Amino acid sequence: MHKATHFFTSSIGKKVIMAVTGLILIGFVIGHLIGNLQIFAAPEVINSYAHFLQSMGPGLWAVRLFLLAALVLHVWAAVQLTIENRKARPRGYDYDHTIQASYASRTMRWSGFIVLAFLLFHLAHFTVRIGPYDKYNEMTATITHQGQQIEVLDVHSMMVIGFQSPLVSLFYIVAIGLLSIHLSHGIASMFQSVGLLTNRWRNGLANAAIAISVLYFIGNALIPLSVLFGWVDIQNPSLIASL
Amino acid sequence: MKVRLKVWRQKNEQSEGGFQTYDTPELNPNMSFLEMLDVINEELTEKGEEPIAFDHDCREGICGTCSLTINGKPHGPHRGVATCQTYMRSFHDGETITVEPFRANPFPVIRDLIVNRAAFDKIIQAGGFISVRTGSAPDANNLPVSKEVAELAMDAAACIGCGACVAACKNASAMLFVAAKSSQLNLLPQGKPEKDSRVLALVKTMDEAGFGNCTNQYECSAVCPKLISEDFIARFNRDYIAAGFRSKFSSASSVSAGS
Repeated sequence: MHKATHFFTSSIGKKVIMAVTGLILIGFVIGHLIGNLQIFAAPEVINSYAHFLQSMGPGLWAVRLFLLAALVLHVWAAVQLTIENRKARPRGYDYDHTIQASYASRTMRWSGFIVLAFLLFHLAHFTVRIGPYDKYNEMTATITHQGQQIEVLDVHSMMVIGFQSPLVSLFYIVAIGLLSIHLSHGIASMFQSVGLLTNRWRNGLANAAIAISVLYFIGNALIPLSVLFGWVDIQNPSLIASL
Repeated sequence: MKVRLKVWRQKNEQSEGGFQTYDTPELNPNMSFLEMLDVINEELTEKGEEPIAFDHDCREGICGTCSLTINGKPHGPHRGVATCQTYMRSFHDGETITVEPFRANPFPVIRDLIVNRAAFDKIIQAGGFISVRTGSAPDANNLPVSKEVAELAMDAAACIGCGACVAACKNASAMLFVAAKSSQLNLLPQGKPEKDSRVLALVKTMDEAGFGNCTNQYECSAVCPKLISEDFIARFNRDYIAAGFRSKFSSASSVSAGS
């Protein structure tokens, strides 16, 4: 077998894949959150940002495919590692006992699986806009782009209308909560897997990972909550007129 | 004091095991856990029943032979203590104590509480050694080793190979054992020449033996009777990644074990 193939199919190799793809995905979700927080500015801000991303063309697809590859590898490695782990202990203990393994670390598979299911919904909801969310495509707003007035997708109104459904908002908040729990283990764990962690900053990193995860949760949960409580409302004049 | 034991009994590797409950006679609280089992076994033998089979040897916490998962924790309730040095005073009078063998696919149960830990021997045969000529001792200080490095290597070398790390790991991973055995040699000048081939061979053998994968929960170091740190796992991961790169790009044929 080729040496590189052997490396990435070994136990540690797959952990390295988990760590590196995890880092890429963490970078994405934090960047995504920062982009989304523009909802709290004037509608033109997030609409211009969305237009900027969508006008990237091949660049956008390159990023999307890169993230998809990272996600596929992350899930593939997780599935392989889980299968091996189950095989390594066919019969568990009668007396179940945990000493110091965190709740997050023991529920990575569940949190990951539910977040993956959420991701599919989220893509159908806001990215592809299919089924009942097809109507978002008809919502347009005017932005000033390079001194010209252009019609773009009204992402601001789309998010507000999307989160006005309490059920959808609840699903988003639960999923983001699970993702935050997932990250609280993952952020610290990836440094161990690639061998960068030492006892000097092990506890510090674990606490930092929790702090980052809590901030990540608050930032994300604020968006649907602000819509539900009416702090952020539709500002598109044509949509207000049609309501 | 008296306790009730819920013990795993299994005739051999092939047979289905199951729990059996035993009430102990009056015990001295200063008896070790193994001495308590000896007392039960004497009673069982007198009654003509099969005694409970369990591993033990030095009974002073250094040989790594004793095992047992006591109330879900390998080596019992204390930190940095092996089963043989766990005393009955650590339990309540009248307590029901669940005693199970170490559970891992690479550690098949031979009988009752005894598991076959030969998978660890295979790992040691793959990389837990250095290739040197035997003969007269080298001159003192011929190979300088700083105190920090010597201490660190000694921390890793404290591993007694009992397998509690595997038993405690949620995934039955052998990473703490393998990392300790690897680090104790890789840190020292005598072990450095074979560092890469050692690390690659250790991982290959560990994976083939069917141990699980580390998920960085550190249950292993929490139960280790020698308190070996998970730092050695990070070090081992680092050494493996470096060895993997070097074996891929180096033209030298010295790194062959991982191919």
